[in-house]
This record gives sequence, C-alpha cells and structure tokens, in this order.
Amino acid sequence: MANKVLMKGNEAIAEAAIIAGCRHYFGYPITPQTEIAAYMSKKMPKIGGTFLQAESEVAAINMVYGVASTGLRVMTSSSSPGISLKGEGLSYLAGADLPALVVNVQRGGPGLGGIQPSQSDYFQATKGGAHGDFHMLVIAPASVQEMAELTVKGFELADKYRMTTMILADGTLGQMMEPVSLDFDVKPMPEKPWAATGTKMQRKHNIINSLYLKPEELERTNFERFERYKTIEENEVMYEEYLMEDAEVCVTAFGIASRVAKNAIDEARKQGVKVGLIRPITLWPFPTKVFEKYADKVKGFISVELSMGQMIEDVRLAVNGKAPVTLCNRSGGMIPSPEQVLESILKVNNGGNK
Amino acid sequence: MKFKKITILSGHYGSGKTNIAVNFALELKKQVERVAIADIDIVNPYFRTKDSEELFKENGIRLICSPYANSNVDIPALPQEMYSVVDDDTLYSILDVGGDERGALALGRLVPKIKELNNYDMYCVVNVFRPLTRDVESIYQVFSEIENACKLKFTGIINNSNLGLETTEEDVLSSMEIVKEFSKKVNLPFVFTAVSETLYDKLKGKIENLYPLTMQKKL
Repeated sequence: MANKVLMKGNEAIAEAAIIAGCRHYFGYPITPQTEIAAYMSKKMPKIGGTFLQAESEVAAINMVYGVASTGLRVMTSSSSPGISLKGEGLSYLAGADLPALVVNVQRGGPGLGGIQPSQSDYFQATKGGAHGDFHMLVIAPASVQEMAELTVKGFELADKYRMTTMILADGTLGQMMEPVSLDFDVKPMPEKPWAATGTKMQRKHNIINSLYLKPEELERTNFERFERYKTIEENEVMYEEYLMEDAEVCVTAFGIASRVAKNAIDEARKQGVKVGLIRPITLWPFPTKVFEKYADKVKGFISVELSMGQMIEDVRLAVNGKAPVTLCNRSGGMIPSPEQVLESILKVNNGGNK
Repeated sequence: MKFKKITILSGHYGSGKTNIAVNFALELKKQVERVAIADIDIVNPYFRTKDSEELFKENGIRLICSPYANSNVDIPALPQEMYSVVDDDTLYSILDVGGDERGALALGRLVPKIKELNNYDMYCVVNVFRPLTRDVESIYQVFSEIENACKLKFTGIINNSNLGLETTEEDVLSSMEIVKEFSKKVNLPFVFTAVSETLYDKLKGKIENLYPLTMQKKL
C-alpha cells in the first residue's frame, strides 16, 4: 500500500507533533484549526498522552507553560482571535525561556472577523506577539507535507533555542487535503538540564520564572536573549527560490499566497516574462539576505499577501530602496487569484505601466 | 445504482462522502422525478454540498442545506426543510451526513421516521488512506461510533480509497483487501469502489463493481 496518507493540513500538524514526541496538547476549539484538537482528542488517549480541552485559550497556554517547564514537548493551537488571547502566555514563555510549539491557523480579521483564510497576523507573529522585548521563531508552511515536516522542525528549533516556535498557517492550508509522507527522521530531544524535574536532593533548584526584581538583572537576560536571536538570524533562515536565476521581476509570498503566486509565475513565463519567486519559510528570522542579493538585479518586487500588506514592510526594509516594492493583496478572508497576481507581474515588468 | 427513498452517506470525515452524494443525486435524478440532496453536516463549515449549488439548479435537484452553509456564521445549524426527506412521500433523497459520530448525531433526529418508512440505505464510505481509518480495526471503530450515535444500522460499504489527484491504479488495488475484509467482518455488502473517471478506464475489468466519480470543484 502507498506510503502516503491523505490528510488535512490540520491533521498533518497533529500527527507530526505526535511523531516528534509531543504527548501533551492543550487547546480550545476555534475554526479553522479545530481538526488539530479533534485529532489529538482521538489519538492522545491511545498513546498514553494528554489531550485537554481547557476552559479558555488563556488556560491552555498556561498549561503549555507548565509542561514546558518540565522539559517535555508540548503544544497548543488556535486561530487568530484565540492567539490574541494567548498573548500574555506567549510573553511569559519567552521571559522564562521555555520551548513550546504554538500553531496559528489564521482567519480573517480584525475582531471576530470570519472563518475564511488570512495572513493578517503576520505583524503579530513576527514582531513579538505580545508585550515585552522578544521574538518567536515563526515558520510558514505552504503545503500539507510542509505542515507536517515544519512541525517536527519547529519542535527541534524550540528545544535548541529554548523559545516558542509558531507555525503560521492559514485556513486554506489547515482545511485542504493532500497526500503526505510521514516517514521523516526525528532527532533525539536534547538534554534539558534547566528543566524542573525534581532535584532528587542532588542539585540546586531549577527556577522557571519571568519576574525579575532588579532591572539590571532583567536587562541582562534581555541582552543575553537577543544574542541568541542573533545566532538564530545567522543560522536558521529558511526560504525557497523559484525561477529566480534570470528573473527581472521578483514575486514574494509565503504560505498559501505562494502557491497562487507560482501559478501566476508559470503563466507569465509562458508569456515570456522573466519572473521568479522568493518564498520566505521562516518569517522570523526573515530571509533579508536573499532580498538584498536580488535588489540590484530586478525591476521590482511584488508582495502577494492575504492581508492589507504586512510582510511588505520587511521586504521594503530588506530591499532598502533599491527597487520598487508593490503590493498585490486581498483581505478579510479573500484570496488573490492567479489572474490578479499575473496582472501585477505584467505591470511591474512594463515599468509600472499596464 | 438502485436507490431507495432515502440514501444516507456517512463515514470518517474526509472520506469523500460529499463527492459521492453529488454523483448519486445526479444519477438518481435520471431515475426519478423529484430528487433532493440534503446536507446535514453540522461539523465541517467548508467543502459543503452547497459548493455544487449551480449544478443542482441546472439539473432540477433540490438542495436542502443550512442557510448558513459557506458563510462566516460558524454554528452547527440544521436546515428546517430537512424533515421533508421523511415527510414528503414522493421525494427521493441523498443525505450527506457530517463526519464521525458527532456528525451522525444530527441524523439521529430523523432516525425514528427513517426506521418507520423502512426504505433506506446507509453506506459507510471508507478511504483507507485517511490516517484514522488505515485498517479493519480502526475503520470498525469509526463505523460503530457512527451507528451508536445515530441509532441506525449501515446497509453497505463503499470503498472510496484515494490520495486525491495523486491516486494511482496500485493505490486503489491495494485498498481492496482491507475493505473486503471489513465488509466481511461487519457482514454487509461491499457495494462498489469509487474511482475518478481517469482511473476508471485503467481499472475496468480489474475490480468488480467499479463506480466512476465526477470530481466536484473545491474552493
């Protein structure tokens, strides 16, 4: 029988988390990510894990804090409004340097918004996510296969750097079904000498805490944390280049928008337009260098987004005024069509004229 | 296919119930005058029967679905018209039930009347490539959870094993043994194996009771 299974993106995240050794899931249902919780509720009891539907998102993220303190792999998932509720906990996780995996299957906003796909939590995810000086590792899958693979990778990075990894997906990726291969290697979990696992009277207490009584001490931890962020920016950037070798127009998009963009690029290539794609896979750290590399070589950049234009700000910072950067977008749960992207490509190719 | 007054499609979510329901409605319409397709899925707000609304209109098939289907109103609402599938004597219906036991709960409301009419088929749709229905045992778990939730017995098994657009001839062939074994275990007829129209020609003659499916558009 084929080595693949047919999965929804949400299910792929849940199954991959289990493969990565996650045995603790805490969540609260919200469309369009509910299948993650539903899958965990069916699977966890069978493998000796914990599935707990918390009384709220706030409760769920604090349960994550608790399990993360013991060094075990733990996750929660939600969709846009639910992630906002988890904000306080995300900041506490960062302050206490705890590894955790948090999934945001984005829906249209602001407010209660709607249940259709969106990428409008880019700012929230990449610029911290809550109060205080901190970052999360933010990873954006673009297929059901990547939903699975990057979940495993997300746990590994979270453990490696003692921080939260956020999988930033959207309603389409969560709901769509694609064949997935689940045969991937999982690295053994690193030692966690900092975890609160009981001293057995043989070592000093490990204290998990985000409160500092002296500002000098708090400042020092922030400086240290940002040194770690620098290492991550050096070593963990992930992106995909598609047909960029001879490109004169560069489209950039992540997640589901990148798939629409690829369709448009293929069509434009048929019409003889030299166009390619840079697809950021890590949104933080942002793949700044690859944009710098092409900034002098292309006529312009087009950021395709399911938002009012959020990633475009990071693209502009990376391009640093060397080429025009324009937006091609839909918002509120709508998805740009390949035709809309194609039109933007042709316009930039013609020097901004139609 | 020979259709009873009420044909119910149930199974694990994502097994392909809706797609088969749409194909059934079109086939049934060729046999009888008054046909309805009823979407009583209270679980999944996406990929609904309503996606094929235009097709039903063109073919004179009545669509019974929640007024909130495919909208941002994310509540488990049932269409009030759904009672016509049991109350309207000359109406033939295809019922598209939501996934798993939670989806089957919604069907329960109609079950006393369905039993009284005693003119129904309920098919368990199986895709062995779905992660939670990979073998006889796990398929049986979903099967019995559904029966317990809606208090109605299945009357047949439909094999809809597929990997979406990547499905190969071998994939379908490899699913046959599991579904055959399952149908034996629950002592119900193995009604047919559904395949896309492209695979139909390749598998014709190799599999008994092959059913060609026209794929419905998604999104």
